[in-house]
Amino acid sequence: MIANIGYGGLLVAFAVALYGIAAAIYGAVKKNERVAESARLAMQLTFPLVSVAVVALLVLLVSGRYEYAYVYNVTSSAMPLYLKITALWGGQDGSLLFWSWLLSAFTTAVTLRKWDRDREFLPWVVVVALVTLVFFLTLSLFVDNPFERFFISADGGEVLAMFQPAGTFAVLPPDGRGLNPLLRHPGMIIHPPMLYLGFVSFVIPFAFAIAALVTGRSDDRWIRITRRWSLTAWLFLSLGLLLGSRWAYDVLGWGGYWGWDPVELAAFMPWLSGTAFLHSVMIQEKRGLFKRWNMILIILTYLLVIFGTFLTRSGVVNSVHSFARSALGPLFFAFIALSALTAFALLVWRWEKLHAEGNMTSLLSRESFFLFNNLLFMGLLVICFSGVVYPIVAELVTGNKVTVGPRYYELATPPLFLGLLLLMGIAPLSAWGRSTVKTLGKAIWKPLAASLLVLAGVILLGVRSVMALTGLWLAAAVGFITLYDYGRAVLARARRSGESLPLAFWRLAGRNRRRYGGYIIHLGVVIMAIGIIGIESFQVETQRAISRGETLSLGAYSVRFDDVKSFDTNDNRNVVRAEMTVIKNGREVGQIYPRRDFFYDSQQPMTIPGMYSTLEEDVYVILADWQPLTADRATFKFYLNPLINWLWTGGLVFILGMLVAAWPAQEDEPAGEVKP
Amino acid sequence: MSFPNKFIIGGALMVIAIIALIVAAVSQGSQYFLTVEELQARQAEMTGREVRISGAVVGDTIVYDPETLQLTFTIAHVPGDSAEIERLGGLGLVLHNAVNDPTLPRLKVVYTGERPDLMRNEAQAIMTGKLGEDGVFHAEELLLKCPSRYDEAVPDQSASQ
Repeated sequence: MIANIGYGGLLVAFAVALYGIAAAIYGAVKKNERVAESARLAMQLTFPLVSVAVVALLVLLVSGRYEYAYVYNVTSSAMPLYLKITALWGGQDGSLLFWSWLLSAFTTAVTLRKWDRDREFLPWVVVVALVTLVFFLTLSLFVDNPFERFFISADGGEVLAMFQPAGTFAVLPPDGRGLNPLLRHPGMIIHPPMLYLGFVSFVIPFAFAIAALVTGRSDDRWIRITRRWSLTAWLFLSLGLLLGSRWAYDVLGWGGYWGWDPVELAAFMPWLSGTAFLHSVMIQEKRGLFKRWNMILIILTYLLVIFGTFLTRSGVVNSVHSFARSALGPLFFAFIALSALTAFALLVWRWEKLHAEGNMTSLLSRESFFLFNNLLFMGLLVICFSGVVYPIVAELVTGNKVTVGPRYYELATPPLFLGLLLLMGIAPLSAWGRSTVKTLGKAIWKPLAASLLVLAGVILLGVRSVMALTGLWLAAAVGFITLYDYGRAVLARARRSGESLPLAFWRLAGRNRRRYGGYIIHLGVVIMAIGIIGIESFQVETQRAISRGETLSLGAYSVRFDDVKSFDTNDNRNVVRAEMTVIKNGREVGQIYPRRDFFYDSQQPMTIPGMYSTLEEDVYVILADWQPLTADRATFKFYLNPLINWLWTGGLVFILGMLVAAWPAQEDEPAGEVKP
Repeated sequence: MSFPNKFIIGGALMVIAIIALIVAAVSQGSQYFLTVEELQARQAEMTGREVRISGAVVGDTIVYDPETLQLTFTIAHVPGDSAEIERLGGLGLVLHNAVNDPTLPRLKVVYTGERPDLMRNEAQAIMTGKLGEDGVFHAEELLLKCPSRYDEAVPDQSASQ
């Protein structure tokens, strides 16, 4: 019954969405305001309708209705309530429904805004949003229906269906299989919705871009309206990537945080094009340049968002992440191809209209630095995309199955990342139009000199790797330049207005959120870069079997194996937990507890590292093996991960900067700002 | 908008540099993805080269020495093509049949490191490493998947009673 209501809600939403598309196009073409208005109402109606389906699925999940295949596959009665709720996006069917739900919520929020000055955009925004929604609803209704139940036919065959087929009887499993234990981690519970929030938010600027193309408006209005959506999308996508990394570090037990896995790339690629877009729109707003390029970037981002959802959900590529496999491939490809064709056809149609309002002149101008920034981001995107599709293309062309491993990315990407780091230092200090070497030099020579001291210090510490030295020096330079510039502005403001320094700092950021939010983001990136360089260049590891009381040493640290215990928990796990003392330079500094959990219901073990974390490095120990009969001896793998905490700290600074940049402020949309 | 020549030259240089980087990285970072059968058929060509290989873990052959961290096991051939696997009834069934079919080609694998959590009978092992002169595969990276566990699945019929 509940399932039927949920499925019914989806069906009605599907019909309403189809009507909305037709009404919006008709209303726009015939300039019929009333029909266009009814399209907007149809758009808003999809939200409660999809919500009905989401609530229905939640009720099934929470009440443990295991006759439903989805409920059976992602929950079990031993799971706590919050895990049953988050199981909504724990599997493929549910996460597609969740996608539709977010999309209808966001687009409804957009249609609630005042449209006075942008009336002509409205129907086309509705069309783009609803077409996307119809695609995802189609998947939920006809391919990956989360409301299907188990039946068994007379000949013993298994059937999945909404309604009981003739000649079958229902199956009622007493318990479900439960969520994959690897996914039962706070980071993994928030990670997918964060990525999805990011993915879905990017649909909004894309919808406005298409509306601008269809209506032939060549100004930057679509960018200004959707600026906060783009930033929000970017915020969530970044958060999703960070949380995913943290999850991998905490749970997967290989001492790393990023593996260049195709599914990681699925989220990373729209992030790259989205980041390029966020930078590049500023040139259009300030100088009226790059209009076509911005269109290309947002179209690309939308396509990569759909492609990313497809990669994570179809299991088309071999990956640790693909817990899901299905027949979605052809549908996704068709939709991506159609969207790409339509969007680029519109762009070609409006190509002449989107001419630039100025020229590029100086190589040292702000717009020139932005151009190179965009080239580098696109370069990274091309590298990642080539890596993902190379196996597919190579097989088509040569018949050989070939893959590229992490080594490919580790070779190809660092020079581009370093280039971006360099630009990040110089670009914010350059002027629009033109800068000279002299003015730029004046702004950066002091912090640059200070960064050379850091470089000398790092060399004295014994670092010899050219890549690490370049990276650390650049990070220091960019960090100092940014701080120096920010500091000078704060001082000037404090002197001028008589405010205290913290107040001046705060008010300055409030006055120009985009600029100073951007500075904070850049500082966050610098701190993260230091962490990444640290772990990538200086991670060391050792592994050995040791007896109780013995120690394992690495660098300044050693860990002593004190004890190991094995016990059962009441949530159906067997835990083997080692107790170890962390010793630094002969002094005991802490306790760690590497452990292995064995989940009886899924017959799956899981390794959880013991960590002793400081700003300088993490002691990261894995209980690799333990023989119950000889409890006195166990095998440990011991990693020393230098500077890894800088990565997480930088991530927090990065997010703070994004909040500053995206926070609603009055000066964001001054009235009557429309350009002729 | 017209770009002065210096932009075109600068941009072109960057594009060329990026393409060169990709080509260099692909040539160093790419590996053939082979099945057991293909690897053994092309043994002479593939020996000593870094390749990726996948197969079904034969449970009885798993030997692990926690002192030296040496893990040895044998994998049985499974098809490399996912459509082929679907046609044969899905990965779970293909792995099960591969382990129980002694006529299929098999390959001995040596790996040094901790014993992975999912290392067990009928798991799919996906490995990167080199085939030695001795015909043993020396894995440097070992990834395991147990499809039967978390794929869409129908519960045991016994559970419905």
